Amino acid sequence: MMRAQIEAAVIDILARQLLLSPSEIAPDADVEALGLDSLGKAEAIFALEERFDIAVPFNANEPDRPEFDFTSVASIVRGVEELIARKAG
Amino acid sequence: MRRVVVTGIGTVNALAQDAPGTFAAFAEGRCGIGPLGFRDADRLTIRIGAEVRDWRAEDRFAAKDLPLLDRATQYALVAGAEAVAMAGLPDGIGARGGVILGTAAGGIQTWEDSYRAVFAEARNRVSPLVIPRLMHNAPASHLSIRHGLMGPVLAVSSACASANHAMALAFQQIRTGAADVMLTGGAEAMLCFGGVKAWEGLRVLAPDACRPFSLGRKGMVIGDGAGVLVFEAEDHARARGARVLAEVAGVGMTADAGDIVAPGVEGAVRAMRLALEDAGLSPADVGYVNAHGTGTLANDRAESAAILSVFGQAPPPVSSTKSMHGHAIGATGALEAMACLMALTRGLLPPTLGFQAADPECPLDIVPDTARPARVEAVLSNAFAFGGLNAVLAFRRV
Repeated sequence: MMRAQIEAAVIDILARQLLLSPSEIAPDADVEALGLDSLGKAEAIFALEERFDIAVPFNANEPDRPEFDFTSVASIVRGVEELIARKAG
Repeated sequence: MRRVVVTGIGTVNALAQDAPGTFAAFAEGRCGIGPLGFRDADRLTIRIGAEVRDWRAEDRFAAKDLPLLDRATQYALVAGAEAVAMAGLPDGIGARGGVILGTAAGGIQTWEDSYRAVFAEARNRVSPLVIPRLMHNAPASHLSIRHGLMGPVLAVSSACASANHAMALAFQQIRTGAADVMLTGGAEAMLCFGGVKAWEGLRVLAPDACRPFSLGRKGMVIGDGAGVLVFEAEDHARARGARVLAEVAGVGMTADAGDIVAPGVEGAVRAMRLALEDAGLSPADVGYVNAHGTGTLANDRAESAAILSVFGQAPPPVSSTKSMHGHAIGATGALEAMACLMALTRGLLPPTLGFQAADPECPLDIVPDTARPARVEAVLSNAFAFGGLNAVLAFRRV
């Protein structure tokens, strides 16, 4: 899957959680600054797993040592890319 | 108002299937958490829990009764029989006795089994006993039937505070004269595939261990079990020469009216202060706090801030016994009440297991790893639930 497709899907998932239009979320946007709370984050991760058929290693109790970097749209896209590649490999 | 005392306790949990065994485990600092053994556990991401091991229901109950009893009810009945026997309750309490038990998920295993039958296995009918087996009030009702208690009987559901809310209401029934004796506490059996799968989604479960208040903690670990306490009017207990374990001194109940999952500090502070005020205690009288202490980042920080706010910069020792019996959700407050009773009656504070390093955000004396002797006059037991619901109990030595 192309990076642009993944990015569009990530933005779409975040937009649904935040009740924003996808056009309001920049590819380099900071997720916390967008206003996503902890429950919203859990829902977004669920949506990513369903959309890409991946298992995202994320524990809400370890924000300082994330196995999956959820800080920005760009970091989420990189993480999803890696998980898709790992699944294929 | 009448004073209320505890005259009996009983429990089934991951540490032991009775109260003496549970006290021994608290004293030894034994951990009941281990690999999950139920059907389809291999499909879970989180594979640890505090299960009740070697549970042989067929040895505990008549074959004709078992089809009516979800595991939560089975645990409640065994715990209740132990508590009633310890209290030496006479027959004939009838309408002057009741039962108020907490549960968060009720008969979730029964829901799961019947849904599996109709959805996954395409069966067209389920047992006619599914409804009476899964209802949240089944544990309370079976205790009422078994012990002939015909006064106020009901179930209370407030997630992780269910048992504390149940005990608070039971206390008030006796205090205000509506009953002389109440069986109270909680029962939970959420360790089944669907139960853990649902929790996994919140990303708050630890994959390795429960380490409340410690750096390196990764979240909560779910436990199963039941705790039943006999609450009794002091005059009633004294008149029949009953052995009194402790006084139920006061309760505090508040709601955050904030977030549906994130804990608030202010609601927890108010609940602890209300419990102290209700009990006629000052913070300096309290020698031990059994924390809600789930081992999540959010709870332990918020609870630490709340305890410091109530007790000042030198709070009493605080421990979370969830590190041993797991987070038994709607029953957990009842198991933790037993830890409080051990502190009061044996002069021994149960420890917090799993400590690795101090978290600067949780500057508390958490009694790490080993139980500690201490003469304690009064204790608090905290429960701060999802939904922003808080219930704190105060117990006092007699």
